[in-house]
Parts: sequence; structure tokens; C-alpha cells
Amino acid sequence: MNEITRLKKSDATPPRRTPMHVRPTGPILPPSNIQGNALMVVIAIMAFLACLTLGAVSMVRATATGWQSQISREITIQIKPSDELDMEESLLKAKNLALSFVGTREGMILDDRATARLLEPWLGPGLDLDELPVPRLVVVTIDERNPPDFEAMRDLLSKEIPQALLDDHRTWVDRLVSMASTTIWIGGGVLVLVFTAMVLTVIFATRGVISGNRHIVEVLHFVGAEGGFVAKEFQKHFLKISLKGSAAGGTIAAVLFLILGAWQANSRATPESDQATALFGTFSLGVAGYLGILATMVVIALLTTLTARLTVMRTIDEIDLVRSDPGRSDGLPAS
Amino acid sequence: MIHFENVGLRYGMGPEILRDMTFDIPKRSFQFLTGPSGAGKTTLLRLLFMSLKPTRGLIRMFGRDLSQIPRGELPMLRRRVGIVFQDFRLLDHLTTYENVALPLRVRGKDEGSYRNDVIELLKWVGLGERINVLPAVLSGGEKQRAAIARALMDRPEILLADEPTGNVDPPMAQRLLNLFLELNRLGTAVVIATHDLGLMDQVNARRMILTDGRLDIYE
Repeated sequence: MNEITRLKKSDATPPRRTPMHVRPTGPILPPSNIQGNALMVVIAIMAFLACLTLGAVSMVRATATGWQSQISREITIQIKPSDELDMEESLLKAKNLALSFVGTREGMILDDRATARLLEPWLGPGLDLDELPVPRLVVVTIDERNPPDFEAMRDLLSKEIPQALLDDHRTWVDRLVSMASTTIWIGGGVLVLVFTAMVLTVIFATRGVISGNRHIVEVLHFVGAEGGFVAKEFQKHFLKISLKGSAAGGTIAAVLFLILGAWQANSRATPESDQATALFGTFSLGVAGYLGILATMVVIALLTTLTARLTVMRTIDEIDLVRSDPGRSDGLPAS
Repeated sequence: MIHFENVGLRYGMGPEILRDMTFDIPKRSFQFLTGPSGAGKTTLLRLLFMSLKPTRGLIRMFGRDLSQIPRGELPMLRRRVGIVFQDFRLLDHLTTYENVALPLRVRGKDEGSYRNDVIELLKWVGLGERINVLPAVLSGGEKQRAAIARALMDRPEILLADEPTGNVDPPMAQRLLNLFLELNRLGTAVVIATHDLGLMDQVNARRMILTDGRLDIYE
């Protein structure tokens, strides 16, 4: 080993000898670079938008369901005035008839003052109900889960009090159900679009970063690494990036909802809060909403990891395809 | 150890880059692969490294017909071949030590089991003081030696080197050549692709000369 000895002699006699220690072995893929950081930011932004949309849709859904249940929780019996009718007696009778049905909870006769208040927007203040033939109302609260037989109630009322008309708010409920369903569908559509955009962005960004690291895949391949090993290394790397990114995005979205919820709770009965509540409902996600955010984060992390694995395996396949088809030289010199 | 029989290769629908290659590379042999630029030296090295498949002919590596070997088994076969690329292909974010240890790391070996071997090998190629240095601060000759050390790390049966002296000055080229000869004396077959006639004249070794895709061998 004369040459080796000479090489060692020439290179191993520097003026200052450094101790022979090896730094802790680093990961095969560079832990952070511009591409990796950019991917993390992209994932964080997409996770934030997806979680925000998820939260918003869940809020809209809760609000729409709230409207629906509030309206369908009551029915109204309207009694038209007539000369031969004792209104007060008929109101009481109608209330008792309604409450005799299974599925009703309580009944309330709207008194003169309440009726006048109800008509105030159209007929103005100071209305004297004795001067006008104004119908009177009985409001009956029902059990939503076990509603009474409306047809039977309607038949009985019309038989006993011909001037009585039962309004189960079906038209309103149907319209609200339809509006709420449309709102939920639109929200769901927006959610699907945002998730699709997120999935595609994450996939393309991950593929872009791997394409920038193709030389690493090639070197590992050429030093005898099996496809599974290379894929595992890339998976580990991208799992870390995506977990950091999605955790950041998801946490910011969750904190935003918490802050908005706290603001709304602390500023009740102010015009701003009332307006926000009317527009968006309450900024409260509930356990399901926060679990949804957590699930979104996990989905993004898994998606990135899976994309990394598939892209690396495909890169290795491409390298092998060049092998099986010399026509695909991938720009390598043929000299 | 390696047997080529009537091997031909063309890229796509183009002309044959390599034609009727028939030769053997015996164990512990030493040979130069030479020829003018564009003659197909790198392509032949890629065939030897199993990173290309011939369009015709038979290649037997270590007693096995390459066309019969499933893709999944190729990494195992590649581990028996060391290759030194013309552009070194060292990973910039890894130190000299980590680059050289890479072949053992990808085999799933525990670092404790190879640490001393890697350090010994680095000392052997004269990089004992450059263990923790990144490739960016290594000179051309040092990079070349790191690439050679990486190729040798898992004791391959054959070493393929593509223009190993192309980026170094004549004294370093001489030192690298002596290193290859030393390796060969230790039992590794060596194929050096070069068009440096001066380098070849220093050693009385087998010459494989590629001209217009045809191979002539001078023992």
C-alpha cells in the first residue's frame, strides 16, 4: 500500500491536527431547504383554508338546522271572528282540543296585547281589536320528535269550531328546509372545492419538491438502495414537513374560531355582535368541528406522505424504465 | 465474472451506439476502456452497471443472465458493483463520512458496525482529515477520492470508474491511478473509462478500445 501510505502521509500531516471524531449522522434528506420550507408554508395555508371552510360550513349547517327546528317546534290555530262566535271560549276550546293530542306540549292563547303587537307593523300602534274583525291565535308547542297527527287535529278543530284553521307551518318549514338544505349543499360544495384544491396543491407541491431532490433518489438507487428504503426515507421527511404545516394551519384556524367565539360571547347585545350572529350564526364549532379540523390535519399529513411515496416509487420506476428502454435516455449523455 | 455476447444498443430509433460487443471481464482483472468522445464509453459502463438494458445480445453478470433477473433483485446485484461517476454524484448536504457510509446505510446496517471501517477507508484514500467536511469545500481530487471510497465501501467485486482523472491535475491523476492499481492487487476487478493516453501508457493493462460502437481488445 505504498500509494495509500503516501496519500496518507501527504494529507495527514497538517500543521494542526484535528481530533478524529464524526459528527452525529444527519438524515439522508436535507432537513430543511427553501423548497421544503415553501412546501410547509403551502401546506399550512391550505390546511388553514380547509379548516376555515370546514368550520364555516359546520356553523352554517348548525344555524340552518336551528331555524328549521325553531319553526317546526310550533303550530298555530287561527280563529276567524264571527258574529255567533264567542272568541274567548273558542280560543280556550281550541287550545284544549289541541292539547288533547299526543305530541303536543303546551298551548298559549295570544292575548289582545300580543295580537296588537303582532299587527303593529301593518296597522300601527294603539290598535283596538274590538273595532276590527281580527283573527286570534293559539300557539301550541309540539314535540318535534313525536309530532301529533295534524290531519286528525285539523279535522277535529274544523268539526268543533268551524272558524278555526290549523297552520302547522308546513309551507314555511318546507321553504326553510329547502333553503337550509341549499345552504348546506352550497357549503358542502365549497368544502369539496377547497379540499380538492388543497389535495391538488399538496400533491403538486410535494411532487415539485421531490423532483428537486431527484438526484438524491438517483444516488440512493445507484448505491444499491431498494425502492422501499428510498420511499421510506422520503416518506419520513415529508411526514415531518406536512405535520408541521398542517398543524400550524389547523391550529391557527381553531384559534381563530375560539377568538371569534369569545368575542361574540363577550359582546352580546351589541350591534356588531348581533349583525355577526344574524349573518354567520354563533362562532362555536363544538367538539365535532374541532375533531373535523384535527381530521383535516391528519388527512393532509397522510396525503402528503402518500404522494411522496408514490412519486418516489414512480421516479424509481422511471429510472428503471430508462434501463428497459434505452430510447428514454432522460438526457443522459450517450458517449 | 461479466460476459457480453453480441450485445447491441440503440437509443430509440437511432443508429446502434454499441454493436456486436463480445467480451469477458474476468475476476481481479484490470482494464482501460477508451475511445474518442462519443464512442459509447459511458453507455458501455451503464450497461455494465445495469442501468441500461441492451437492445440485443446477452449479458451475464456474476453467472446470471440479466434479462432473466426480476427488477426487484437488481439492487442486490448492483451492490456487487462499485461505480465512480464522472461528476462524482456526492450528496451536498452530507459530510465526506456520511457520503462514503451511504452504501452501508441504505443496506440498513447499524452505524456502530461500520463507523471504524468508514474512517479507515477514508484514511486509506487520504481523506482522514476531511471526514466532517461537506463536498462543497472539497477539491476536485478529494471529491474523486470520496466517490471512489463510496464505491469501495461495501467491497464490490468490480469497480467501474468513468473518467476518474478528468477533473484532476496530472500528479493527482497519477496518485488515483496508483490507488486503483492497489485496489486491483487487493482483488477488485477494475474498469477505468478514460481517453487519457498518458494515463494508460503508465500501466501495462488490457485496453478495450471503442470506435464507432465497435470494441477492439488489446491484451
